[in-house]
Amino acid sequence: MTYYFDHNATTPLSDPVLACVSRALRECYGNPSSIHSAGQAARSAVELARSQVAALLNAQPGEIVFTSGGTESDNLAVLGAVRLDGVAGKHAITTAVEHPAVLGACAQLVREGAEVTYLKVRGDGVVDPDEVRHAVRPTTVLISVMHANNETGAVQPIAEISAIARAAGVLFHADGVQAAGRLGTDVRELGVDLYSLSAHKLNAPKGTGALFVRKGVKLQALQFGGRHERERRAGTENVPGIAAMGCTAEQLVQQRARESVRLAGLRDRLESSLLERVPGVRTNAHGATRLANTSSLRFDGIEGEALVIALDLAGFAVSSGAACSSGAVEPSHVLLAMGLTPSEARASIRFSLGQGNDEAQVDALVEAVVASVARLRKLSPVYEHA
Amino acid sequence: MLQFPIYLDNHATTRMDPRVLEAMLPYFTENFGNAASRNHSFGWVAEEAVEKGRKQIADLIGATSKEIVLTSGATESNNLAIKGVAEMYAQKGNHIITAATEHKAVLDTCKRLEKHGCRVTYLPVGQDGLVDLDQLREAITDKTVLVSIMYGNNEIGTIQPVREIGAICREKGVLFHTDGTQAVGKIPVSVLTDNIDLMSFSAHKMYGPKGVGGLYVRRKNPRVQLTAQMDGGGHERGFRSGTLNVPGIVGLGKAAELCSLGMTQEIARASELRDRLKDKLLSELDETYINGSVDHRLPHNLNISFAYVEGESLLMGINDIAVSSGSACTSATLEPSYVLKALGAGDDLAHSSIRFGIGRFNTDEEIDYTANKVIEVVRKLRDLSPLYEMVKEGVDLSKVEWAAH
Repeated sequence: MTYYFDHNATTPLSDPVLACVSRALRECYGNPSSIHSAGQAARSAVELARSQVAALLNAQPGEIVFTSGGTESDNLAVLGAVRLDGVAGKHAITTAVEHPAVLGACAQLVREGAEVTYLKVRGDGVVDPDEVRHAVRPTTVLISVMHANNETGAVQPIAEISAIARAAGVLFHADGVQAAGRLGTDVRELGVDLYSLSAHKLNAPKGTGALFVRKGVKLQALQFGGRHERERRAGTENVPGIAAMGCTAEQLVQQRARESVRLAGLRDRLESSLLERVPGVRTNAHGATRLANTSSLRFDGIEGEALVIALDLAGFAVSSGAACSSGAVEPSHVLLAMGLTPSEARASIRFSLGQGNDEAQVDALVEAVVASVARLRKLSPVYEHA
Repeated sequence: MLQFPIYLDNHATTRMDPRVLEAMLPYFTENFGNAASRNHSFGWVAEEAVEKGRKQIADLIGATSKEIVLTSGATESNNLAIKGVAEMYAQKGNHIITAATEHKAVLDTCKRLEKHGCRVTYLPVGQDGLVDLDQLREAITDKTVLVSIMYGNNEIGTIQPVREIGAICREKGVLFHTDGTQAVGKIPVSVLTDNIDLMSFSAHKMYGPKGVGGLYVRRKNPRVQLTAQMDGGGHERGFRSGTLNVPGIVGLGKAAELCSLGMTQEIARASELRDRLKDKLLSELDETYINGSVDHRLPHNLNISFAYVEGESLLMGINDIAVSSGSACTSATLEPSYVLKALGAGDDLAHSSIRFGIGRFNTDEEIDYTANKVIEVVRKLRDLSPLYEMVKEGVDLSKVEWAAH
């Protein structure tokens, strides 16, 4: 039996979502663009899901564009906003702690002739809104700041930044892949123009995501070939994936508040037990508002990768950073941006909790971490044994 | 027992094979890992499943696993192939050759590139829907970087002379992309013998799930390079970032395996059903024409124009049968099919056409029901048509002088 504590990488389907996806795979087999009844059944499933996802965000259904996932949503937002009417001479602002999907899209914009400012973050992983204000130029067209960080869970002051963006007349995108469904994500309150989501972080299938595009905001599409999604995203819709995303959104509207209290309790239990029982442990992004389910800890004298592998052998799936870069030897760009040294960054582990976790699992994890850390430190030539 | 509606629109999408669903289900729940999680068993199990799916689709088309870039579907694959090559080889040239009858995912992408300084040649096709190889050869210049000609057409089923096109491209040192969406899994396709450098395909056209597809990218002779269209994480060897759709890829692989196992029998079965439908319609109805080539045609495709009948009215009349008057992607528009117009069909005939797409789950009984129903409704509509009546009375419509109202 393996206990899974890597929900920021991906999540299993919940039972209602699995039922929804397998029903859609069997029954809604038509192409939503077809005008016959098989097509219209698929169309209804897509439109129901659109209204369900919209409800989670307090958006209008017409403001939801379905995509193949968070990476595509981020690319569509960042590239689409800046490419409209030409890239040359334009400026965008983002942060050093963004997901590679945003950083990669920004790097592409630089290759196409745009300028990008990468804001630093404070030691707790949070961006100072004043830094955003000072970075705005007359040529700035887009600010992209993630809602919550995938590695540390640090929550950014989105509403404050959106006020700055609005005052400057600049579009504001927030990568909500980790935050949606976990934090309150009322796009009107947040004041965002663009907001990315991914289904598979929310107990729904991989291969589906969405982008909130505030009414009136224009984007250049990433891919062409048909008038799907109001000409913002060509391609036959992933009907079962979209239906499942709708289903999970509906569940989240009802359960999010309660579930996040439960997860925060489990996360605090995990952190306080480890801080109490293991010497030389520190919390990354300490002091910041964090996602209820995320805990990034660093263990002095430990190689994070070694601890992840030791825990895997003991039956616990955790991560040393983002899944997208796991297996990479470089230390986390997020932790480095927060001012950690490379060896501190390498000594960090991410625990991310979800639906299936309970107190007994957390307690078992604590025991395993205590034992593994003690064993690894005994082998470590650098750790100063107390 | 017939079950309604009868689904005969298998070019738009296909019903998923239950065996594909069965293969996918464990990857939604117990094996739900992120294939990029390299440090725990959930990730390894997911990665293993992805690699199996990749191998299964590679085997179907004669490729190696490393030549498969997994995407969200054929539209993304077509976009990646065409824009990816145009951007990567911009130093070499800015000219692309395609055909007037391509899918919108190819045509719209080419149009977009024209706005960015590319020159695109849209080859005409003959009445049979085939491109002319000499015209293709003449169109290639020293600035040409890519030829993109589809394998099998989604509306009229015309199979292009892909092998010969590939040979010409190779001789001229130009990359060759083919949109294989309608052909892969339906007829034997080999990237080796067909001289293909890039090929798009989609799972949901071969009894797999929507939301997953791929692009074959040749690795040797020549090694094809592409500029990625989506960044972030560098998945798929840097060609396509984003968390892999593990259950979708498992479904794609299983669908490919099933297509491969049953292909010979399925080609025989589908073409028999298609010919049965065609023969009935043509023997019972006059003024009925087959669009596209009879010889170079996908076995499961039939596209017929019923003169003096409005396609949309016919669709309404046979609403217990799911067929279409053109491609699904353009079905919301009432414009006549640009594919049929490219064959030289007048608007009248283009407006009166129906596409039948026969699939794995269709039966003899369904085909007979469909034939009888179409015959009945066409006759009924023609009874209401003054034009048809005039033709039957021997009036040559082309010589009639219509009075203005």
